[in-house]
Amino acid sequence: MRRLRNVAVPFIAMLVFLALWEALVWLNGWPNYKMASPSDLWPAYTRYWQLFLVMGWQTLWRTVVGLLLAVIVGMAFGMIMGFSRTMREALYPLLVGFNAIPKATVVPIVALMFVGMHDFNTILIAFMISFFPIAVSVSIGLSTLEPEYRDILRSLGASQTTIFWKIALPKTLPEFFGALKVSVTLAFIGTNLMEIVSPHGRGLGALFDSGKINSDYPLMFAVLIALAVLGIVLYYVVVGLEKIFAGWAVRSPH
Amino acid sequence: MTALIEIKGVRHAYATAAGPLPVLDGLEVSVEEGGFCAVVGPSGCGKSTLTRLIAGLMRPDEGEVWLHGKQVRGPRSTVGMAFQNPVLLEWRTILKNVMLPLEIVPNGLKGKAAVDRARHLLSLVGLEGFEDKRPSELSGGMRQRASLCRALVHQPEVLILDEPFGALDAFTREDLWQTMHDLKAKEPFTGVLITHDLRESIFLGDQVIVLSGRPARTQYVMNIDRSAPANLEDLYTAEAAERLSILRHQIEIAQGRVPEEAAS
Repeated sequence: MRRLRNVAVPFIAMLVFLALWEALVWLNGWPNYKMASPSDLWPAYTRYWQLFLVMGWQTLWRTVVGLLLAVIVGMAFGMIMGFSRTMREALYPLLVGFNAIPKATVVPIVALMFVGMHDFNTILIAFMISFFPIAVSVSIGLSTLEPEYRDILRSLGASQTTIFWKIALPKTLPEFFGALKVSVTLAFIGTNLMEIVSPHGRGLGALFDSGKINSDYPLMFAVLIALAVLGIVLYYVVVGLEKIFAGWAVRSPH
Repeated sequence: MTALIEIKGVRHAYATAAGPLPVLDGLEVSVEEGGFCAVVGPSGCGKSTLTRLIAGLMRPDEGEVWLHGKQVRGPRSTVGMAFQNPVLLEWRTILKNVMLPLEIVPNGLKGKAAVDRARHLLSLVGLEGFEDKRPSELSGGMRQRASLCRALVHQPEVLILDEPFGALDAFTREDLWQTMHDLKAKEPFTGVLITHDLRESIFLGDQVIVLSGRPARTQYVMNIDRSAPANLEDLYTAEAAERLSILRHQIEIAQGRVPEEAAS
């Protein structure tokens, strides 16, 4: 029963959303170059389904690789800043400053710096835009560890590494997964920024761009929806991982 | 009997922005093997610093801390600690929480022996049947019981308790006092208990030490005969009332509310 609800509620909500969207376009009598309606999308998908599969896969794998990179580097920064106050004070302003730079302005710089390395460039932007929340959440998780936790293990002669694996890391996992959910959507933005701006014709971003060039407005909207679907899929992958590794943090309702 | 814990002439100051802040100044503590020493004193007088010294988590500026004939120079795996906050790990079951020290200390029990040891302790404190629960599923008193088991699982030479019952309600606290006596009968240990509760100190300790206000020194020592089994009724005798009155007076001196001459 609960399972059915978990699936049915989001599904019905999506149908309602599509219906409202269709109604909005229909009531205003908007032509599809102003705003395409869900009924315009279907022809776009059936016509270009092969392109959607190929490009969608390109976008997906590059986003995932960028995200993995963000997890590794973000965790590393988080650990350095979480364990050392000096490093936290040194790195925080730099990271905040870096994060404040709009990544759209970094795209041409990266494209020039690594000319022709399209996959690498795209992954790099996806990584750059998404590692910040992970670094911050891990560092906060580690630096707010109650001293008693540390003392319990330290008084037994445990090394810093043991304390990290036995206590600090598992205790930080809920915050980490919270940040990862934010980073998933950010990584998609990063991938698409690169795909739209740089002229290498790969990924859903390039498909969006070709829709724009050919004034194929339903195609542009279809790409946006495809991106949303990919985002949802990846988000729920993270939710699944969270259940496996940090399921203990979700308290069952009494 | 030899003294298991020996603290001699300890002085310590914390470095603060406003200069050094002396917390301990002339601390003398001696606890015999199997003894249980309750330490009371005004708030912020350095009682927790004392526990960190014995655990080897910090070293004093001056003076010596000896455990079992060896000078304490760093953390030793022969110490068990429990705090006011039970700090159980939420991602582990109660059983696994209790077994944690065995994974860390050298030559700790492994496998089935470790499980049996943890189960045995849990049954001693009345937590049989809760081995597979998560900490959040237990009440505050039960969590504190589990925390005591964790402190004892590796058979430490010294059990250090830093206000472990401070956050519990009065009835639960009295239950746990009784549990402490039961535990001590079956799992002998040498203990140091930091507390704010004078009744707790005379019910559990065979020695009650009153620390002066900051910087703390040993101001008063009361010895209590523990040959008879402890009973909560003992707290309502004339003898207990007199002890409490003496201790309360010593605390007032420590707080600086009564001049010391008037007391002695």
